[in-house]
Amino acid sequence: MNIKITTPLTSNKIDKLKAGDFVNITGTIYTARDAAHSRIYNTMLKGEKIPIELENNIIYYLGPTPAKEGKVIGSAGPTTSSRMDKYTPLLLNNGLKGMIGKGKRSKEVIDSIIKNKSIYFAAIGGAGALLSQRIISSKVIAYDDLGTEAIRELEVEDFPVIVVIDSEGNNLYENAQYEYKLS
Amino acid sequence: MRIISSSEITKAVKEMCIEANYQLSTDMEERLKSVCNIEKAELGKKILSELMENLKIAKEEQVPICQDTGMAIVFIKIGQNVHVSGESIQEAINKGIRQGYEEGYLRKSIVSDPLIRENTKDNTPGIIHYDIVEGENIEIIVAPKGFGSENMSKIYMLKPADGVEGVKNAVLETVQNAGPNACPPIVVGVGIGGDFEKCAILAKKALTRNVDTHSEIAYIKELEIELLEEINKLGIGPAGLGGSVTALGINIETYPTHIAGLPVAINICCHVNRHSKRVI
Repeated sequence: MNIKITTPLTSNKIDKLKAGDFVNITGTIYTARDAAHSRIYNTMLKGEKIPIELENNIIYYLGPTPAKEGKVIGSAGPTTSSRMDKYTPLLLNNGLKGMIGKGKRSKEVIDSIIKNKSIYFAAIGGAGALLSQRIISSKVIAYDDLGTEAIRELEVEDFPVIVVIDSEGNNLYENAQYEYKLS
Repeated sequence: MRIISSSEITKAVKEMCIEANYQLSTDMEERLKSVCNIEKAELGKKILSELMENLKIAKEEQVPICQDTGMAIVFIKIGQNVHVSGESIQEAINKGIRQGYEEGYLRKSIVSDPLIRENTKDNTPGIIHYDIVEGENIEIIVAPKGFGSENMSKIYMLKPADGVEGVKNAVLETVQNAGPNACPPIVVGVGIGGDFEKCAILAKKALTRNVDTHSEIAYIKELEIELLEEINKLGIGPAGLGGSVTALGINIETYPTHIAGLPVAINICCHVNRHSKRVI
């Protein structure tokens, strides 16, 4: 059974989610990947205002393909999260609560997730055509010059993710592999 | 001598960029389908069935299977009795990539300088591997390569004394390290021998060989079978969330090497292992 949550992602919602839970997210989320993260990070270091609110929000590590006529968005699956690790603790310290991506996170990010009581979700990598069907609107709200790497505001409905690292630091990737390890 | 217009190359490359991104080759689709029955983990089975559903949607709606529509890797074999008229072969190929990525609504993922990082906005240039062969045909393979898995690839300059055990350890270590990042179930391309760059090209080329084929060299075929079993014992599973299907296949290519060396390259590809081939 999938747990349904709506954004904003407040602490009381995060507390109930544990590594391994299937979650369907409904509401507003934001896309940002490598180049947008670099820009957000450097803007924050300079003490200037960034183009999105981080407080209680979710960032989806995504660079979609262009939308065909009549479609909201193109293929829209997650990219590898670890490339964002350098920038993530600063974002979490400033209110970001959730991240959707795929793959492992650094120790610094996991420590920051625990410290800030935030959460890391995975979407299924390489299922971009399927995942795009759960996105009901998409608009570029910043960094348009970055093309696919621009920041988009997405409205999603029952967007399917799995909790990989919960707010206590339990890590599904570490536990899952050993259950099926034969050598 | 046969004359082939560069526009024929452009057209073929354009169409292959699009078809490779919308639909997996039969060997890949069949292999993915067959491992659904092998996977032991419930979650793994669910993920594999969603990947099959994803392939179906991509094919029916003519949209990319994955949003990372890749860097366009092109292997071209040019018969030495062919004369190409019109533009240079390099320009003909890049023009095909440009048209394919635009008309096919594919993502433009290439930056013009690795450090300055400005998007070229048309997914060019591709990476082109030329081979001059006998005959009067041109064979083109287009293999759009995603970078989630490319980033988890590795080269080892082993010592001859490391032998086949060294090769096995290198492959298993690379797959273990890739874990969930490379979008398992993966396909593993391995190049053994040659020199530093030759083994890497062999590994990439190995990924373009159908997953239902084996090396023609008997002991390499045995090694492919053994390594696939060993990889699937690692437990990484679909999406790295645990299971018995970590890899769909492993293809190994070899080449003569120097008395002092044993280069090994491991090129990892996700389950969206795209390759399209045509002969002009």
